[in-house]
Amino acid sequence: MTATADPPLDPTEVVRVHVPHRSARSELRAIKIVWRRELIRFVNDRMRIVTSLVQPFLFLFVLGGGLQRLASAGTHGVNLKTFIYPGILCMTVMFTAMFSAASIVWDREFGFLREMMVAPVRRSSIVIGKCLGGATVAGAQGVIVLAIAGLVGVPYAPGLIFGALGLLLLLAFAITAFGLSVAIRIKQMQSFMGVMQMIVMPMYFISGALFPSSGLPTWLTVLNRVDPLAYAVDPMRRLVFAHIDISAAARRALDPGIHWWGWRMPAVLEICVVLLLGLGLLAVAIWEFSATE
Amino acid sequence: MSTTDTAAITVANLRKQFGEFEAVKGVSFEVGAGEVFGFLGPNGAGKSTTINMLCTLLTPTSGRARVAGHDVVAERDDVRRNIGLVFQDPTLDGYLTAAQNLKLHAELYGVPTKLVGPRMEQVLRMVGLWERKDGQVMSFSGGMRRRLEIARGLMHSPRVLFLDEPTIGLDPQTRRSIWTYIRQLQEREEITIFMTTHYMDEAEWCDRIAIMDQGQIVALDTPERLKAGVGADRVTLQTDDNDAAIAALRERLGVQAQIAEGAVTFRIQAGEQFVPRLFAEFDPARNPDLPAISSVSVSRPTLDDVFMSFTGSTIRDAEEDPSKLRNRVMMQMMGGRR
Ligand SMILES: Nc1ncnc2c1ncn2[C@@H]1O[C@H](COP(=O)(O)OP(=O)(O)O)[C@@H](O)[C@H]1O
Ligand SMILES: [Mg+2]
Repeated sequence: MTATADPPLDPTEVVRVHVPHRSARSELRAIKIVWRRELIRFVNDRMRIVTSLVQPFLFLFVLGGGLQRLASAGTHGVNLKTFIYPGILCMTVMFTAMFSAASIVWDREFGFLREMMVAPVRRSSIVIGKCLGGATVAGAQGVIVLAIAGLVGVPYAPGLIFGALGLLLLLAFAITAFGLSVAIRIKQMQSFMGVMQMIVMPMYFISGALFPSSGLPTWLTVLNRVDPLAYAVDPMRRLVFAHIDISAAARRALDPGIHWWGWRMPAVLEICVVLLLGLGLLAVAIWEFSATE
Repeated sequence: MSTTDTAAITVANLRKQFGEFEAVKGVSFEVGAGEVFGFLGPNGAGKSTTINMLCTLLTPTSGRARVAGHDVVAERDDVRRNIGLVFQDPTLDGYLTAAQNLKLHAELYGVPTKLVGPRMEQVLRMVGLWERKDGQVMSFSGGMRRRLEIARGLMHSPRVLFLDEPTIGLDPQTRRSIWTYIRQLQEREEITIFMTTHYMDEAEWCDRIAIMDQGQIVALDTPERLKAGVGADRVTLQTDDNDAAIAALRERLGVQAQIAEGAVTFRIQAGEQFVPRLFAEFDPARNPDLPAISSVSVSRPTLDDVFMSFTGSTIRDAEEDPSKLRNRVMMQMMGGRR
């Protein structure tokens, strides 16, 4: 393909631009465009939107529906699908966020990272843009799952919707930050996926997203308490359970909360744990990214 | 030769060491403002390493370099604001459209918002991609992607544009069109262009070239002067009796000729001035016993000859390993599907 068919250069003035010195404003622009890019790519990639919904829907309807008969004795009449729904919301966001973070590995493999690395902007702006972008995309994916709340007996109460959305965005942010801190060190997609399988799947299962976190064997209780994801799943479950009508016994059994030496952690504190972890991991990612040549 | 204050690039004794291996062994040169300057050398000569130091992607082990008036180590950001880059390997986002790729670049470089649109139209028209601005990059051919990368490198009106092997892996026709764009661009934008290539024929497009081999600059001048330095042109004759022709050339014209690929060939200064003398001597009316000449060709020394005379080997001996090229093509294809 050559452009011989194109008209000759028009004789108009050359549009000359001047690149300004680095400023807070230019860093904000950089963050915004990196964030926008993640969104554009997400919207353009319909396949990814669909594929990342397969797993949560399988868990929710197949596992939830299939195990319902076995579980009905222990759920005090609450539908198993309703019970695991908060966990499924978290799952959707987690895996989408992981994939978003993985994009930095792709960017490196396919060279685009260099385009961003030589721009006259701070490395931190690129990482922050990526992190916010990943969080937004994961949050959007979570909204799709949030939209089917009615199918599993969860009401569309405004408090629930907005609360859940906030929690989803927070979790998405923290997981993207975590994913980025790992992805920046990794040069190959396969290794990244391997590491993620090894870390994220166990973290998800241990978090209590699919079972109540009380009355577990001691080893599992210990693991559950140190699993950061547990502190994201628990507020989500509280929020959902606050909006459904069930017996006190069912509530005690299914929504026990996270206890440290008999003291139930308040939701605000749990949220703070997740937020601080997310910010800490973001700082790690920025530090790592600034150190790469 | 330009003086230091008008020079776009000044390099003094620049070195880069990777562990034990010295990839660039102390190079010094100057590129004047508005020049198209080429680095010519086989793969592994250290061209990309040099370019990466000049565009602040690699820190030099020692030596100094100033680009667009700024030191590449101490004033990294100022250098970056004033240079455009087209890397050896593709760095476009295939998921985005051409316009989105350029927009992203403009935002990263802080191009004033009002100017993003007009400037984008201008650079896209310059490379003949304006009509395709809303096409997704993954659907573009290799040549189109290269042109888009050149347009992107120009988005922020850099003073110096670095092109690392801008035509690698492209077909000859596309390579030519890319060169046409580069020359037009240089005229229009008053920009300095620093590029590398390992294609000998392309170096002819440059105002001056530096020949690089094993981390060192072995020669630096205009292509014409470099070739003139090699001296003699090559004259090749088709005759009906080669041996008799060689004998006649030796006896009558004092030329040492030899047979190569079925033709008589020899080297001589100012070959085109020699041809009339040759025909005067071999004129059948004057010397009917001499063999008849059916064709003659005179060729100037090529840059291949230049490279050979400075390094003692041809550039093709160090030419690209075919398996490497295949990998590159694979990567590009995967880049499109990602
Ligand atoms: N990051 C690196 N680490 C170690 N060796 C390198 C690195 N980059 C380049 N080299 C080596 O330096 C030499 C010059 O490479 P390069 O500058 O890419 O050559 P060219 O661009 O002229 O083909 C090669 O032998 C290459 O293997
Ligand atoms: Mg190279």
